[in-house]
Amino acid sequence: MFTVFLYTIAAGFLFLSFIKSREKTKKALMVARKAFLNILPEFSAILILIAVVLSLVSPQIIQHLIGGQSGASGMLITSIIGSITLIPGFIAFPLAKSLLDNGAGVTQIVVFISTLMMVGFVTAPLEIKYFGKRQTLLRNGMAFVYSFIVALIVGGIVK
Amino acid sequence: MNKIRRYLLTLALVTVTIVLWLWKPSLGLDITIKTGKSFKEMLGVLPPIFILLGLLEVWVPRETIIRNLGDNSGVRGIALSILLGAAAAGPLYVAFPVAVTMMRKEARFANIIIFLFSWSTLKLPLLLFEASALGWNMTLARAAVNLPGIIFMGLLVDYSIPLPEKRKLRELHMTENNL
Repeated sequence: MFTVFLYTIAAGFLFLSFIKSREKTKKALMVARKAFLNILPEFSAILILIAVVLSLVSPQIIQHLIGGQSGASGMLITSIIGSITLIPGFIAFPLAKSLLDNGAGVTQIVVFISTLMMVGFVTAPLEIKYFGKRQTLLRNGMAFVYSFIVALIVGGIVK
Repeated sequence: MNKIRRYLLTLALVTVTIVLWLWKPSLGLDITIKTGKSFKEMLGVLPPIFILLGLLEVWVPRETIIRNLGDNSGVRGIALSILLGAAAAGPLYVAFPVAVTMMRKEARFANIIIFLFSWSTLKLPLLLFEASALGWNMTLARAAVNLPGIIFMGLLVDYSIPLPEKRKLRELHMTENNL
């Protein structure tokens, strides 16, 4: 259902764009193609990796480590993984979904997603180069703390 | 050659799956079914999302927006910064050069931080993908909680950095072209 909605919207906007400018529409499709091909290697790898790992690791283990009952320790684990890894969103969401389906807690997963997106440990040196140490520390530090707030609220709303 | 190398991990994982098939067929079958299912689920939604991503990239007038984010841009500047980040694509480090352009065009410092946050967490194409993977409830709840937070954090970072330091940063980017 949602997929049909997405295709309809995309087709509609594509049509509008085509009427307004053929040139730009062509460029947009090229951008789309390039971005898609860009994530495809990692995307296909993570889907297989998830399947392999989930076939070997039991849901009980996932539940024990980062399940809803794992509380603060589970959140700490996912926040650290989210902060230090550099996973593109298009790769992270299938991963998050599989983890959720296999016993991970909503709060723990939201911490993971939030820190992944907002906190950049690997990109920090680059950020310092662009914006200085103080900004980088403040931005990432606040984002780290805020990720827990987001998770607690979202975890409270979504059961 | 480079293209093949990018698929090396995929190939390695396929090999692992084959080995597992030989070792324990039931396990191999399980993995193959799981992989097939997620490919079907995930790959199907990607084409429209990437088309929207391309359209956003082409049609959102980035330069014009950036010129309207100055120190007196107020609420409108904040809204535009969020929009600028949400209409984007790509990882956070791609946003840094855009943020430098903002600095050069004298954008308010808070707006730059808000833009970075919006880019990292409110990207529209990614929100659509998130909704298809994790459902609307979780996606909308996350976005709704993030929105006030990133505005607040942007303003807070701005107020926490002394003016001379901000001026120095701006000057650095004015003179250095290829950071």
